[in-house]
Amino acid sequence: MRHLLSTTDLTQDEALSILDTARELAQVADRPVKKLPTLRGRTVVNLFFEDSTRTRISFEAAAKRLSADVINFSAKGSSLSKGESLKDTALTLQAMGADAVVIRHGASGAAHRLATSGWIRGAVINAGDGTHEHPTQALLDAYTMRDHLRGNTGSLEGLNVVIVGDVLHSRVARSNVWLLDTLGANVTLVAPPTLLPVGVETWPCQINYDLDEAIVKADVVMMLRVQLERMNAAFFPSAREYSRRYGLDAQRMRTLPDHALVMHPGPMNRGMEIAADVADADRSVILDQVTNGVHVRMAVLYLLLGGQEA
Amino acid sequence: MTVLKNVRPLGGDIVDVRIEDGVIAQIGTGLEAAEVVDGAGAILLPGLVDLHTHLREPGREDAETVATGTRAAAVGGFTAVHAMANTDPVADTAGVVEQVWRLGEEAGYADVRPVGAVTVGLAGERLAELGAMADSAAHVRVFSDDGHCVSDALLMRRALEYVKAFDGVIAQHAQEPRLTEGAQMHEGDLSGQLGLRGWPAVAEEAIIARDVLLADHVGSRLHICHVSTAGSVEILRWAKSRGISVTAEVTPHHLLLTDQTATTYDPIYKVNPPLRSPSDVAAVRQALAEGIIDIVATDHAPHAMEDKECEWAAASFGMLGLQTALPVVNETMVRTGLLDWTEVAARMSTVPAEIGRVSNHGRPIEVGEPANLTLFDPDVEWVVQASDMVSRSRNTPYAGMVLHGKVLGTWLRGRATVLDGVVVEFETV
Repeated sequence: MRHLLSTTDLTQDEALSILDTARELAQVADRPVKKLPTLRGRTVVNLFFEDSTRTRISFEAAAKRLSADVINFSAKGSSLSKGESLKDTALTLQAMGADAVVIRHGASGAAHRLATSGWIRGAVINAGDGTHEHPTQALLDAYTMRDHLRGNTGSLEGLNVVIVGDVLHSRVARSNVWLLDTLGANVTLVAPPTLLPVGVETWPCQINYDLDEAIVKADVVMMLRVQLERMNAAFFPSAREYSRRYGLDAQRMRTLPDHALVMHPGPMNRGMEIAADVADADRSVILDQVTNGVHVRMAVLYLLLGGQEA
Repeated sequence: MTVLKNVRPLGGDIVDVRIEDGVIAQIGTGLEAAEVVDGAGAILLPGLVDLHTHLREPGREDAETVATGTRAAAVGGFTAVHAMANTDPVADTAGVVEQVWRLGEEAGYADVRPVGAVTVGLAGERLAELGAMADSAAHVRVFSDDGHCVSDALLMRRALEYVKAFDGVIAQHAQEPRLTEGAQMHEGDLSGQLGLRGWPAVAEEAIIARDVLLADHVGSRLHICHVSTAGSVEILRWAKSRGISVTAEVTPHHLLLTDQTATTYDPIYKVNPPLRSPSDVAAVRQALAEGIIDIVATDHAPHAMEDKECEWAAASFGMLGLQTALPVVNETMVRTGLLDWTEVAARMSTVPAEIGRVSNHGRPIEVGEPANLTLFDPDVEWVVQASDMVSRSRNTPYAGMVLHGKVLGTWLRGRATVLDGVVVEFETV
């Protein structure tokens, strides 16, 4: 593994190796000194063309716990908005000697371009590209499911995961579908038909338009953020109607099996796709997802950079 | 006086062809002249005519000029090209079309027939002065807002009607704008996986369906640019069976490449309309073979390096086409047995000249006809390299691919523009 661009590139063994490594590295968090010397002298650049404080600080914490030097490069305004081009930014980072570039970009495929164009030599980690993928989010989600429901070991064989919401525009959903399938889980996507992409029937998952029906046997329900402006493009009639049909409220939550988890990649629209009392419920593991994000990103950095000469 | 020795007109028997004073003077065997080009059995075709070329001048001379674009045309075997109107300023007045036409005359590598914009500034709001462009020295007969669809049904109807007065034709870029806002690639299984916004086939087909009905209603000629979907072919088939006066083109890239190329996220493959599914490619090939699609047109679209060396969504739409058109048609249509050379000549020279009302091009290879000719060796194998492109730009999607066939020579009114596959440098006037 040279880059992490898409969860479709991961075999089950590779995915499990990341999760197992993350489990080992998680123990660092329990120590008084939360730091390993593994990546001392290595430089990790956080290249963020989109605002995303939570993802950026998660990667930053992960890199710092491994003793890497971290440069935050907030390139708001990509070539899409007449700023410096992705190519020139990449060449600049190469000249500065970046060992790994963590990239968040509004254009689908931007991480792929960075990794395959020959502009830089370092490892590229996709921290979210447009509406394409967000592989470390899927890995931290899988980690969280495995930790809570499978004793933090083995695959997710047979686990029923329901992903609800704006699949069309969601990089989280795409990365999760491929990874969860690789790990043996059964995925069901629930959304209004307008928010499912053409061709979704070829994905390795079930489709259901009825949330109440889908969640009865769910081990995990993952709610996706729905942006209100979608309403203006006629994807659904109103926030209230969306919320009634596809939101998770306390009443719906009670129909879940007792052990089932509620997840959300954040940031949440409380009252829209998820009710406040659901977000704060005991079965909600949303903050665990955040914690696990650091472990998983440490594992990815460790596996991509750890074997190389400093 | 030149003799082309050992050539096969339209792939037929080997003969010699003598060119004198810009016309074909003699066809026979054992002909001699001071200047001899040995074709060694290569195919002789009427000079190719492109109905859809972007020469970028005026406005984007960094990407292409009339001079560089027509040199690329000559190397591709073309003797006439139609320069699309989406320049800056837009070719929506007699002044601009005459400028483009004159630049072509001065360069001398191919006859340049400017296409006039249908609407002022390509804005789709009011008709440009179509009559003035038709009456100008540029003799415009093809009108198109290419790059934009004339989506307003009433405006399209009026344009179709209006150009009847001077035997013009409206070339429609069929793209329903609301269905394709922000569209990046063919909408199908791959667009969903890649997270690139889809350009559905129905957005093309809906406009073609509407426009063939409009053309029928007002009794006008209609031409459809760059047909890319199987559904469009079915609509054209129906329209032609009804006797509606519609013609259609397909580009070389839609004959060869598919949406699978988008998995690289390399915007060298980003084009409008997008590369479609393999079944669409099969359908447009079959339609070209049957004559449901009448012609091949390149949609040659040069772009500066920085407009392609970027993320997919930021990149410009379009790819080079002039220099590789005939090899791609050879690859997809001739070597597959779908077309013979007579049919290739019809689809790349005779019929495009008829649609564009270009006299003295697309003529038979006979004594007394203008010597607009292309000599093509269909068997030579070559690996396309971006650096081989004669265009000022380098955005060929075929780099690294093996193609068969190369243009050996091109003659415009008897004057060689290309010899041994290389552009002939003219003395500057």
